Amino acid sequence: MIESTGYTRLRVKLILTTLAFSFIPLLILGLVISRQYESAHKAKIVQNLSHITENKRRTIDLFLNERLSQLMTIAYTHQMDYFLREGTLERVFTLMQARSKYYIDLGVIDEDGNHVVYTGPYKTIRRANYKGQEWFDQVLAKGVYISDVFLGRRNYPHFIIAVCRREGDKNWILRATIDSDIFDSLVQSDQLGVGGDAFLLNSDDVLQSKPRFGPRLLGKTNIGSYARFPSVRVETINVNGKPYLFGLAWLENKNWLLAIRDDPAEELLPLEHTQFMVWLILAGGMLLIGGGAVLTSNTILSQLVAAEREKASLNLSLAQSNKMATLGKMAAGVAHEINNPLAIIKEQAGWMRDLLSEEDVRSSPNFKEFEDSLGKIEFHVNRARDVTQRMLGFARRVDPVQDDVNVNEVVRQTITFLQNEARHRGIEITTNLQPDLPLIASDAGQLQQVFLNIIDNAIDAIGKDGSIHVATMAVHDPEEVIVTIKDSGPGIPKEKLEKIFDPFFTTKKVGEGTGLGLTISFTIIQKLGGRIKVESEEGHGAAFIISLPMKD
Amino acid sequence: MSDISILLVDDETDFVETMTKRFRIRKIDVASASNGPDALNLLEGREFDVAILDVRMPGMDGLELLRRIRAKHPLTEVIMLTGHASLETGMQGMSLGAFDYVLKPADFDDLLDKVRRAAERRALNVRTRHAGG
Repeated sequence: MIESTGYTRLRVKLILTTLAFSFIPLLILGLVISRQYESAHKAKIVQNLSHITENKRRTIDLFLNERLSQLMTIAYTHQMDYFLREGTLERVFTLMQARSKYYIDLGVIDEDGNHVVYTGPYKTIRRANYKGQEWFDQVLAKGVYISDVFLGRRNYPHFIIAVCRREGDKNWILRATIDSDIFDSLVQSDQLGVGGDAFLLNSDDVLQSKPRFGPRLLGKTNIGSYARFPSVRVETINVNGKPYLFGLAWLENKNWLLAIRDDPAEELLPLEHTQFMVWLILAGGMLLIGGGAVLTSNTILSQLVAAEREKASLNLSLAQSNKMATLGKMAAGVAHEINNPLAIIKEQAGWMRDLLSEEDVRSSPNFKEFEDSLGKIEFHVNRARDVTQRMLGFARRVDPVQDDVNVNEVVRQTITFLQNEARHRGIEITTNLQPDLPLIASDAGQLQQVFLNIIDNAIDAIGKDGSIHVATMAVHDPEEVIVTIKDSGPGIPKEKLEKIFDPFFTTKKVGEGTGLGLTISFTIIQKLGGRIKVESEEGHGAAFIISLPMKD
Repeated sequence: MSDISILLVDDETDFVETMTKRFRIRKIDVASASNGPDALNLLEGREFDVAILDVRMPGMDGLELLRRIRAKHPLTEVIMLTGHASLETGMQGMSLGAFDYVLKPADFDDLLDKVRRAAERRALNVRTRHAGG
């Protein structure tokens, strides 16, 4: 009836359904939040990086522009002759160095490439001739020139800025050498994270500033080649197999590429923290929901089991009463069919007895035998009649009715039914029935079933040799008839006492009891508006006390 | 007592035969019928003090017959005879005006006693009727 595997399956189904319907939206929500946050965060990183790159580019461009403007101002406000005067260039150079320490030296070169005047630490290049060198041609052709970083004769990383001035039909060049360390300090900044880097590259991928990681200055690095593009680009580039985010921008004044590297792992750390928190909260929520689902399904199931148990006991009592009704109808039919022939046998015997009382038969030698035989026939017909009438009494409780019931009569009839069995086992059934017991509105058949169950149980409990005492009495306030059935059996242990009316609870051996008798009794008494309780002490027998209302 | 007349109605012929012999040996006038309509015919012909009716009979059953007898011959007392020891049938018979009911197989002396008391009541009824009317 109560199939535990079925319930387990139902329980699992309930939990899984609840979990699925809660977890799926929760997971989707978590994923969406996580994704949204991630993309927002990444967009912010990209924005930040391009912002830094743009700023750096402006700074470097500004620096180069300033240097260029300074040189041009100097060149265009003085004539070449001016610088040829002893000490003039040194004065100008000192002035320039006061503004920017990165100037290494300054020189004036004539149209033929001769270093006319030089001021600076490297005296060896004072007499150098630059004619035919690329920068020289360039500056003559374009008027200004900014070189890549190189070691040159000074064997120190530097670059040059040169401007060409046309004076009459002659050209002369003002050339300044600048320590390229300036770029390192301009490019690097603490805005970059621990894994971040920044450097300048010329068009041949040669480093123009010292990167924090990787190759040294003037070394080559490959982050791919990019054609000149306006503004700033952010690219993901693999360096040593690890993806980095690069902010790229070409300088305006020189074909150098500014590259700012960002370590995404580092930048994404707060994101990971947030995502970890999101998943932690999600996991907590899932645990809560899971617990809730288990609790809810437990509650539902226990209610279901209780309902099912109730239904089962109802069904069983229904089945039992149906069985009883069928059995009753059969018993009534059989009894009736047997009663008719019994009546005829009895009357035939009676007729023979009538005839025996006549004079001539009385003198017959076998008169005594005839009389004895008739007596035996009558005795056994009466015995058979007792059986059939008991069967009819049993059959009487077919439909529940409300009748005036004499409880004493029902008790007596029930005892008659069980008397043989009791006598057979050496059990004495005694009664103490209140003689003027009032009639009650109840169902005699159902009551009989209850008494039958309880007395039958008592007989079983005693086993052999003992006594059962049945007493009835009327009490007032409330107006009730109390039936007490007491046995001298072994009694009921305390822990079993409260379970005794539970369905399927039985102390009898398998196959001997259904465990339903007392449950049915309980249900019947309840239906009849009464109460049934049991009092027992181990070793001192048991007493069932049934209270029945006089009027319903 | 020999002036009591009985109508016995039962479909069990052996039962009717034996009962008839047993009543007659006690000098009681008995007529018998094996079904309801026959019994009613007999009742048309003459009066009976007491009618003993089996409850369960094919065709018209005992209770129906009781109803008709009470309607047409109210002075005839009726004793119901039932193989069905149900209280309800007996009570139903009583409520329809039967004098008493006896369970089958009945104790003959018990039945005889009830017949006598029924006859006494009838006699009483007849007298009060005459006195009243």
